Amino acid sequence: MSLTVQEIAGLLQTRFPDAVLEVDADSRHPGIRVAPESWHDVALFLRDDPRLAMNLLRCISAVDLHPQPYIDVVYDLLSMRPPVSTGGGAADPWSCAGLVAIRVRLPRERAHVRSVADIWPTANWHEREAFDLMGVTFDGHPDLRRILCPDDWVGHPLRKDYVFPTEYHGIPAATGSAADSAGTGEEH
Amino acid sequence: MTDINPPITGEAIPQPSAAPGTLHTEELLVNMGPQHPSTHGVLRLLLRTDGELVVEATPHIGYLHRCAEKIGENVTPVQFVPMTDRLDYLAAMNNNHGYSLAVEKLCGIEVPERARYIRVIMCELNRIASHLVSFGSYGLDMGAFTPFLYAFREREYILDLFEATCGARLTYNYLTIGGAAADLPEGFLQRLAGFLDYFEPKIDEYNRLLSYNYIFVKRTAGVGVISAADAIAYGLTGPCLRGSGVRWDLRRCVPYEIYDRFEFDIPIGVPGGTDDIPPEVVVGDSWSRYFVRMLEMKQSVRILRQCLRQIPDGEYRAKVPRVLKLPAGEVYLEVEGARGQLGFLVVGDNGPIPRRVKVRGPSFCNLSIIPHVCRQVLLADVAAILGSIDVVMGEVDR
Repeated sequence: MSLTVQEIAGLLQTRFPDAVLEVDADSRHPGIRVAPESWHDVALFLRDDPRLAMNLLRCISAVDLHPQPYIDVVYDLLSMRPPVSTGGGAADPWSCAGLVAIRVRLPRERAHVRSVADIWPTANWHEREAFDLMGVTFDGHPDLRRILCPDDWVGHPLRKDYVFPTEYHGIPAATGSAADSAGTGEEH
Repeated sequence: MTDINPPITGEAIPQPSAAPGTLHTEELLVNMGPQHPSTHGVLRLLLRTDGELVVEATPHIGYLHRCAEKIGENVTPVQFVPMTDRLDYLAAMNNNHGYSLAVEKLCGIEVPERARYIRVIMCELNRIASHLVSFGSYGLDMGAFTPFLYAFREREYILDLFEATCGARLTYNYLTIGGAAADLPEGFLQRLAGFLDYFEPKIDEYNRLLSYNYIFVKRTAGVGVISAADAIAYGLTGPCLRGSGVRWDLRRCVPYEIYDRFEFDIPIGVPGGTDDIPPEVVVGDSWSRYFVRMLEMKQSVRILRQCLRQIPDGEYRAKVPRVLKLPAGEVYLEVEGARGQLGFLVVGDNGPIPRRVKVRGPSFCNLSIIPHVCRQVLLADVAAILGSIDVVMGEVDR
């Protein structure tokens, strides 16, 4: 039986009355907004509580809400549960015992949140990516450096106010950057 | 005729340990890649080696980074579909499908029945084609050249089918928002049925050729063992996760599209000695990951046969407005791609262009376990482990 977002939120509210800021159970991407300072404790609880057992961190996505001064970090979690052994049921698949998105809202100018790489090792690379492309700092990350862009790249390309560079080590950028012609649909 | 093996005369070469003084040894840093035949693209592994032993492996990625996500927030969804082709370019249909499903979920578009079957047919065919490349190139990595030719012979038939459908052989831009870009060409289903009859026995041929080959088993069985707990913790999905004995497949466990209508099994890695598994095999080793792909091709054939029986007539695409307005809101949707769970997060902003497109590439997550597995392994085993994880760098770097 799969847990609903309401039930997950209920469990979190009982354990961390102050951490749950908002429950959004009806949207297309149901989730729970958690206070950044309690995120690490909540994450540990989400993984280790036998009722929740969110063992798979599917994805970490950072979303820039510019011009609002916030960045949302969205953690998509899933609970994979092995089949209950019923004798001849060895070929039964595992089942999904719950899906939830946890959102952490950070200020754009000081986007800091505790790393969860110690809880889900897969977070290591996802957090490096969010740091590289969106400029979110994950405190306590074992090795927080750029992952997709070169080490000496300037700025965080997925920020909405990112300024496209005109050159990189003497290599000129192509004329007419993507930002210039994007979305206007105008013929030049 | 002179003796080619003359008896050794004189003093034997002294053992290094018996040489006077202390012999100085040190660790050596070796760059494997970014241009290396067995890194499957532009991946650089920095290996710290102690003789033949790899002490530590650090992947350096990003050589193929095109910031696809930034492009995604500068073009409309229909314009972004061709970009998804270039993520996992060996299974482009599955990428088209995943992104289209995410946008359809955001906009609430209903896809016609026939289009859904077309999509499943394309995705399963592309899964077979992708697994064939994986099978063939893994043979190459392990020093067996011939299987590669067999794999590409059969893949060619699939690419011909794709070419007849959409004109392209690698980057299709065929499955799109609302369904497919065109209907199946005339005679497609007959050709597909013919291909399935031809292809299914070939899988046993591959097994005789490579899977049970003595050298191949020696190179891969028991190498790079990943436990089920580690696989889940590192976010491994797809054949890599199933190779570790976890019977998990999104098509069955969190069904999307119309996969709940088909009967198929989820193959997993099983211990050696049972059935026809070589005795050296351990659950979660490179051989298990490889063999899961071979079994999955059979399951894809099964699904395709059911599609052939069930596919209805009708529309191939829903009526989608020329300028599609994305409502404010967020969706995250994962599909079972050829390499694992391929996820798309799309954030709409009441306009034709999404605020954010985020791609969860399964290869990206699968590759992140390399530093954990390639520890105290032989140098030659790194290629065996990497090949069994089967990464596509287009999807890792995005």
